[in-house]
Amino acid sequence: MSTTTTASPNEAKLWGGGKSPFNSEYGKVMMWYFLMSDAFTFGAFLISYGTVRFSTNGWPNSNEVFRSFPFAPDGVHAPLVFVSIMTFILIISSVTMVLAVHAGKNMDKSGVVRNMILTIIGGLAFLSCQAWEWNHLHSEGAWWGMNPFLNADGTASTTNFTNFFFTITGFHGFHVFSGVVINIIMLIMTLLNKFEQRGHYLMIEKAGLYWHFVDLVWVFVFTIFYLL
Amino acid sequence: MSHSHTDQEAHNAEAMAEIKKVTIILSVFTIIELMLGFWMMSMTSVALKLAIKGTIVILMMAKAFYIVAYFMHLKHEVKNLIMTIIVPLLLFVWFISAFLWDGSSFRNLRNDYDPHFKEQATIKVEQKEEAHGASKQEAAETKHESLAPTKETSKPEPTPYY
Repeated sequence: MSTTTTASPNEAKLWGGGKSPFNSEYGKVMMWYFLMSDAFTFGAFLISYGTVRFSTNGWPNSNEVFRSFPFAPDGVHAPLVFVSIMTFILIISSVTMVLAVHAGKNMDKSGVVRNMILTIIGGLAFLSCQAWEWNHLHSEGAWWGMNPFLNADGTASTTNFTNFFFTITGFHGFHVFSGVVINIIMLIMTLLNKFEQRGHYLMIEKAGLYWHFVDLVWVFVFTIFYLL
Repeated sequence: MSHSHTDQEAHNAEAMAEIKKVTIILSVFTIIELMLGFWMMSMTSVALKLAIKGTIVILMMAKAFYIVAYFMHLKHEVKNLIMTIIVPLLLFVWFISAFLWDGSSFRNLRNDYDPHFKEQATIKVEQKEEAHGASKQEAAETKHESLAPTKETSKPEPTPYY
């Protein structure tokens, strides 16, 4: 108490050892830094998309490209409908993930199991939607290096549009896929009582951070590709 | 003992209320975004379209804030941890402005100095049908000629990139 002569005594104590300066577990802090680096990867993709779009005279109209719906008869054009379903699937699965983390904090094993299963189902539903959409676009002749769509003003478009679309949604879909795998592992570990034995469900929190990040990236991908 | 138990319950109720609130906010923002998107489809005014796009970007950033702050719980972390994550992300402000500026400057340069690039943006391609591709392609090419009769004829027709 009496030796408060240094400039910032609180800081010296905080980082002086024996305390957790970030009041957080090591793995969780590192998950945050991993997600930060991942954000830069996605940011680089999306910014290069923006740069190329800004340096091009015309661009396809997303409402004409993404207008199909599964099982709808030919000629039915429903722009934005399918992708909004995908968006809501991901939001709902994010909410169930929050509920799983919340149940984990209360050491409520059955709550964790139930919400993890719902989250995994949401992730699989999203992946199925994306698989359908990719398959449909491919059947229309769109793929890396192939662009059947014209610019909104009717002029010829470049393959930049499809290249960026498949690369960025593919990279995001790969993240969703790994998120689902991580969530399945977490579910198995929960069922095997691993976290009950450890006395905490911190792993669920870390998996949750990753899953929310996937949802966060989709907020940007969805807006930039389908709305703007 | 019972006191701490009720404390825990109060905390739980608070956390659940927060989850509910954020879920509603995210859904409402998404629905507004979609409504703006539908509204934008039938719109011709470029300025109004740009204003709506700006609104959509603001809503997108708000959604990102709610996901990171509440779902990812960053708001409840220690301030130093928040700073080590948020401050590096400020680089994006520069990335986005610099690269988009560069992109549009490149477009202006090409429109000024690359006649082929500029010409490409004026030639309309006939909307092609699946059934008869070859004949349509020819029709499209003759249309190019008629659309741009003043262009030098020795120049080969620019092929579309698909």
